[in-house]
Amino acid sequence: MRDISDGCAPVSHASDLIETDILAYLEQHERKEILRFLTCGSVDDGKSTLIGRLLHDSRMIYEDQLEAIRQDSRTIGTQRGGVDLALLVDGLQAEREQGITIDVAYRYFSTARRKFIIADTPGHEQYTRNMVTGASTCDVAIILIDANNGVLPQTRRHSYIAQLLGIRHLIVAVNKMDDVSYEEPVFDAIRDEYFAFASKLPVDDLDFIPLSALLGDNVVEQSANMPWYQGATLMHLLETIPVAAVRDTERLRLPVQYVNRPDADFRGYCGSIVGGVARPGDVVTVLPSGRTSTIDRVVTADGDVEEAFPPMAVTLTLKDAVDVSRGDVVAGAGQLPHTADRLDATVVWMAEEPLALGKPYVIKHGARKVTGQIDAVRYHTDINTLAREPASTLALNEIGRCAFTLAEPLVFDAYANNRDLGALILIDRISNATVGAAMIHSPGGSTSGDAWEEVPHGDLHASPSRVTPNELQTRLGQRPVTVLFTGLAKAGKTAIARAVERRLFDQGQLATVFDGQSFRLGISRDLGFSARDRSENMRRAAEAARLVNEAGLICLTAFVVPQESVRERARGTIGEDRFLEVFVTAPLDVLKERDEDGLYAAAERGEAPNVPGVTAPFEEPDGADLVLHTDELGLEESADQVVALLRERGFIF
Amino acid sequence: MRAPDQRPCLEGVLAAGYTLTHLKQLEAESIHIIREVVAEFERPVMLYSIGKDSSVLLHLAKKAFFPGPLPFPLLHVDTTWKFRAMIEFRDRIAREQDLDLIVHTNQQGVVDNVTPFTYGSKKYTDIMKTQALLAALDEHGFDAAFGGARRDEEKSRAKERVYSVRDGGHRWDPKNQRPELWRLYNGNINRGEEVRVFPLSNWTELDVWQYVYLEGIEIVPLYFAAERPVVERDGTLIMVDDERMELEAGEEPQLRSVRFRTLGCYPLSGAIESDASTLPEVIQEMLIARHSERQGRLIDYDATGSMEQKKREGYF
Repeated sequence: MRDISDGCAPVSHASDLIETDILAYLEQHERKEILRFLTCGSVDDGKSTLIGRLLHDSRMIYEDQLEAIRQDSRTIGTQRGGVDLALLVDGLQAEREQGITIDVAYRYFSTARRKFIIADTPGHEQYTRNMVTGASTCDVAIILIDANNGVLPQTRRHSYIAQLLGIRHLIVAVNKMDDVSYEEPVFDAIRDEYFAFASKLPVDDLDFIPLSALLGDNVVEQSANMPWYQGATLMHLLETIPVAAVRDTERLRLPVQYVNRPDADFRGYCGSIVGGVARPGDVVTVLPSGRTSTIDRVVTADGDVEEAFPPMAVTLTLKDAVDVSRGDVVAGAGQLPHTADRLDATVVWMAEEPLALGKPYVIKHGARKVTGQIDAVRYHTDINTLAREPASTLALNEIGRCAFTLAEPLVFDAYANNRDLGALILIDRISNATVGAAMIHSPGGSTSGDAWEEVPHGDLHASPSRVTPNELQTRLGQRPVTVLFTGLAKAGKTAIARAVERRLFDQGQLATVFDGQSFRLGISRDLGFSARDRSENMRRAAEAARLVNEAGLICLTAFVVPQESVRERARGTIGEDRFLEVFVTAPLDVLKERDEDGLYAAAERGEAPNVPGVTAPFEEPDGADLVLHTDELGLEESADQVVALLRERGFIF
Repeated sequence: MRAPDQRPCLEGVLAAGYTLTHLKQLEAESIHIIREVVAEFERPVMLYSIGKDSSVLLHLAKKAFFPGPLPFPLLHVDTTWKFRAMIEFRDRIAREQDLDLIVHTNQQGVVDNVTPFTYGSKKYTDIMKTQALLAALDEHGFDAAFGGARRDEEKSRAKERVYSVRDGGHRWDPKNQRPELWRLYNGNINRGEEVRVFPLSNWTELDVWQYVYLEGIEIVPLYFAAERPVVERDGTLIMVDDERMELEAGEEPQLRSVRFRTLGCYPLSGAIESDASTLPEVIQEMLIARHSERQGRLIDYDATGSMEQKKREGYF
C-alpha cells in the first residue's frame, strides 16, 4: 500500500488558476503524462458510478450534462432519489434502456498531472472479448469488488485477463464500503482472500483501496469514515503510478508503416518506435532481410531529433541504399527480434463462429499482413478456475494456447517483452471481421507443441533409489547442483566449465561437463540451431543434468540458451534450490576477435541466420547468480569465482 | 489566428526520462493512424469541415508525411450556407499550402432551393450534408475518409472505433463494429464499402485547443470574439452573415461581441456572447463555462440519441 505522506496534494481540481491566470494554468497543463487504465466490474459493482464519480469529482462534467442526468435519474435512474452518476457514462440508447453496458467505452478526464483515458468494459463472462480489447492498450487495471460479495469468479477472471494482456499494475477497489458500515475486518478479509489467489499471477504491483463510489469515500478525498485506512486515495494512486518504466528502451524496434519518397533525394522509412531508442549513427538490422545499415537521420516535421523513443512517430533515413518496404522491422543490431513462420501464442477468440483449425486467416501484426492458420489448440484455459483443459477449437470468448503456421515469416518479440511486436489479430478472409487476437510467446515448434510442455504418455513412475541424498552427500562431500553457463558463442562458457571441473576434482569433488558441442555429437544430433531446436537441446540437457544431480554429481552445463523463458524452464526442470545461472559475457567486438571458425563473419554476411547476438536475439539474463566479464577476467580468475560461489551457496564445503 | 508572441512552443519530452507529454503522445498516435490508412487503402480522403478539429487533423497529416506533400485530397461538402469567413479561410489555406481540395455541393438541392429556412434543420442537413457527402464519396470512389470527430464530444461517441466501417450504402451498424486491440487496425473491406477514420478519437476539446495554441495552428477568426451582427431566435444568437437571411417581423440585427464554439452553416450555428479574442481567453472561457461543446450546434436537439441516428444514416 502506498503512503500519501509525500506532501503531494491528492488531486488538482480545475484550479483557481483558470480564472486568475490562464497562461499559468495552460503551462501547468502542458506537461502531463497519459495514463490509460481499465475498469473491470459489472454495473452491480458500481463501476459506472465509480467512473461517474471520477469525472464528477475531477470537475469534468459540464452543468448541462449534470442537469440532463438529474432529469434522467428521475425516470431511469437506479439510485433512489439521488443523482445517478452512472448515467453519465452509459452511452448508446439501447443499452441505456437495457441497463447494462455492452462494449468498450472510452472516457477522458485530466488533472494537472495526468490525462487519463479510461477503457470502460463490462464484467460479464460473455464479454471477455471486450475486456481483452480494453486491456490491450492499458497500463493499469482497476478491479472492482463489491464489499457485500467479496471475491467472486469474475474477480479472478478480470485479474487473469489483465495480466494476460500484460498489465502489471492492479488496483483492487473494494467498493460499497458504506454498505458494510465501513468496517475494517470486511476489507481485510477480502484483501486476504484476493492475495491468496493473486500470488499465482505475475503482477508487479498490487494496491487495495476501500471506497464508496456512491458517496465518494477515498475516491478523490480521503474518507473520514475509514480512519483505519492510511493508504492513498484512488485518484492519488492514478496520479502517481509510474507509467514510463514499463516501456522497453533497450531494444530498438520500428515497424515500417510507409516509405516516404517525395523526390529522388529523399527516401524515409515512416513508423512508430515501439521499443528502444533510435539515434543517428546507430547500427541497425532490417528484418526479415537481415541487411544492416546505419541510421543517418531521425526526421520529424519539427526538425531532426537526436533521440527517438516509444511511442514517437518518426521517419528514419539510412546511410546505405538497402531495400526496405512496408512491414519490415528496423531493429537495433545485436538485439534482434525473432523471425519465424511458426508461432506459439495465446489466442482470445472473438467471433460467434468458432476457430477453424487449418483455415487460412489474415493475420495483422505490426505493419504487416500475412496469411496463416492455426494447426492445433494445445489447451484451453478456463477463465474462472484458470485450469488448463484439452480442446480442439475455441468458441466465442474462449482463451487457449495455439500453434500457428504462417505463409511467410513474421518478425516479432515475445509479448512479455514487447506488446506491439508480440501481438497480432486474426481477420476472417470473407467477412473481414476481426475474429481473434493473440499474444505470442515464442517461435513455434512442431504442431504437437514443444516437448517442454508435453505430458509423458502412459502411467509412468520413476523407481525410487535405495541410496538417499544424505548418503550421497556424506560419500562425495558435496551437495549436487547444476550450473548453467549461458552467453553468446565464444564468450568462454565451456572453457570455464572445464576449468571448474578440474579445480573441483583436485579438491576431491566430482563434477561433469555438458556443452553444446558434446550434446550435438550424440544426444542432440537430430537438432539444428533454430530457436526451437536450441530450446529442445536445452531441455534434453536439463533432463540429463537432473539425472546426474540425482546421482550426487555436480553438473556444469555450457549452452548459449538465448531465451530467458528456456532458462527458466531449465531451472524448473532441475529445481530452484539446486540451479545456479552464470552469465558469461564480453563485448561483441571481443567475441568476433576470438571467432576462429568464422561464425560471426558468416552471420554478418547474411549466410548464418541463427547466430544469437547478430542474426538472432539473445535475451540477457536478469537475475544471474554470477556475471563473468571474460574481456576483463582470465580463465583461472573466472573459475575461482565460480568455485567461490559454490562454496558460498553451500554446495561444496 | 496566430497566438500571441509569448506563446510557448510545444516541447515534447518530460523531464522524467523517456516520456512524452500527453499532447506529443496524442500527436504520435494520430500520425500513426494517418500513416496506416494511407498505406493500406487505395483512395483515402480527408473530410475537411474548416473547423478547428479539421485544422488540427490537417496539421497532423502534414506532419505524418513531412517532408513530402499530403498524399491524399481534401473534401469539403459545401452546403452554400457556410459562414463567408469559413469559405475565405478554406480557399486561402488550400492555395497557400498547395492542397488538393475537392468542393462538393448537392446541386439538385440548390436548384430545389433546399435551405435551412425552407426545410428545417433535420431535412436540410440530410439533403445538403449527408446526401451530398455520400454522393461525393461515391463519385470519387474513396474507400477511407478521415474525420475530426472525438470520443469526448458526446456520450454516444464513447464507443466509436478509430476505424468505423460503413457498408455499401454508407450505413453504420452499431452491432457490427470490429474490436480494436493495441494499435492493430483492421482495414480489410470489400469493394464498395468504406471506412471512416477518426485519428483524433482520444483527444478532448481541451487537448485540441491546447494543441492549436502550442503549435500555432491557424483557425477561422469566427472562433474569436468580435462585433458581429446577430439576431436572437428561440434563445439562440444567429449571425446575419449575408443578405439571404430573412428577418422575421420585429427582428433587427444588433452588433454584439460574439464568437462561435463550433462552426457549420451560419443559420444553424448559435453564437455565444464573449469578449475572448485570444486563444488563452477562449480556452479560459471554455473551462469556466459549464456548457458542453455541441450545445451551440442546433442539429443535436431533434431527439434523444439523434447523433446515433445520424451516424447510422451516414453523417458522422
